[in-house]
Amino acid sequence: MVSPNTELAYNSKIEGEVIVSRVDAVINWIRSNSIWPMPMGLACCGIELMAVGGARFDIARFGAEVMRFSPRQADCMIVAGTVTYKMAPHVRRIYDQMAEPKWVIAMGACASSGGMYRSYATLQGVDRILPVDVYISGCPPRPEAVLDALIKLQDKMKREPSAKRLTA
Amino acid sequence: MTAPVDVTAALQAKFPSVTPRPSGDHVAVNVAAADAVAALKYLRDEFAYDLLVDVTAVDWAENASPRFTVVWHLLSTSGHTYLRVAADCANDAEPAMATVTGLWPAADWHERETYDLMGITFTDHPDLRRILMWDGYPYHPLRKDFPLAGIETALPDIEVAEETGAAVLPAPMMGGPFVASSGEMNLTEAEPRAKDESWNERSAKRE
Ligand code: SF4
Repeated sequence: MVSPNTELAYNSKIEGEVIVSRVDAVINWIRSNSIWPMPMGLACCGIELMAVGGARFDIARFGAEVMRFSPRQADCMIVAGTVTYKMAPHVRRIYDQMAEPKWVIAMGACASSGGMYRSYATLQGVDRILPVDVYISGCPPRPEAVLDALIKLQDKMKREPSAKRLTA
Repeated sequence: MTAPVDVTAALQAKFPSVTPRPSGDHVAVNVAAADAVAALKYLRDEFAYDLLVDVTAVDWAENASPRFTVVWHLLSTSGHTYLRVAADCANDAEPAMATVTGLWPAADWHERETYDLMGITFTDHPDLRRILMWDGYPYHPLRKDFPLAGIETALPDIEVAEETGAAVLPAPMMGGPFVASSGEMNLTEAEPRAKDESWNERSAKRE
């Protein structure tokens, strides 16, 4: 008689040295748990983004604590703050310098829509120059909201056909 | 404390073009543009107005003449008094004023800002470039004829503009500008909102 396996965890005695999975799942698992953010702190939201990096909120739980100020080493640009038209081309250039795959989070009302700055100097939403993956509402958003956006981004990453894109 | 010196009278004795200027707070004087730098130098050297607090300008109206007035705010750090000096620009279309960077180095960026936003050329300024808007921006946004929402122009970077197709566009006003009504205790009521919500970008304003 075969006794049912009640263990939920991986058991090397039963399954040996082999794990069966899908390539997508493995790649996405790796990617989504090591999002290195590019902190594009442009205004007051940048201060709140610093709070997210603090011990109280502990962004390291999501593997995203490695803020990289070099776009070459970053995976996810967090646009935190008011994007002026003068700054907009630089934001886009930094995005262009990031290596694929890359994601963008628009943090706060200003980055998402121009916020309260309906004026001649402010870009009315960073999605006019960048492909935004997640928008965060708030002025500024609470650190929890930023972490929530990070989790949403992880969910989104986990649905991506990464293997197909790698070989395409 | 020494008795307050009558700066206006002393200035008037030296510069006949000086007149008292109506002011709600500190002493203020008008001076002819030609005398401005000499009068400011006199104030700095003789009355110890050693700190230049602000240089700014007023645009009275699109067809007013004189249209532009340059205003200097001075502080005496030993006498603890403020003084406001104003001078009208002679030319309404291309306003110009002599620089005071030689008197107070602090004037450098103030004058750049006034040039950037009001379009007043400060003659003999060592580095008169825009300071807030980008080089090559075609307008002076704080002038009365410039709309708050802005005017369509190209992005400062041609490459990025081509790649993204983005441009500097007038901001959606949706019946704005958005102002908070003062004196409201109800925070929801006091939220900044458009004064006239009967129109927006999609339905035109009723005449
Ligand atoms: S959304 Fe609010 S807090 Fe964030 S940059 Fe804009 S004004 Fe500042």
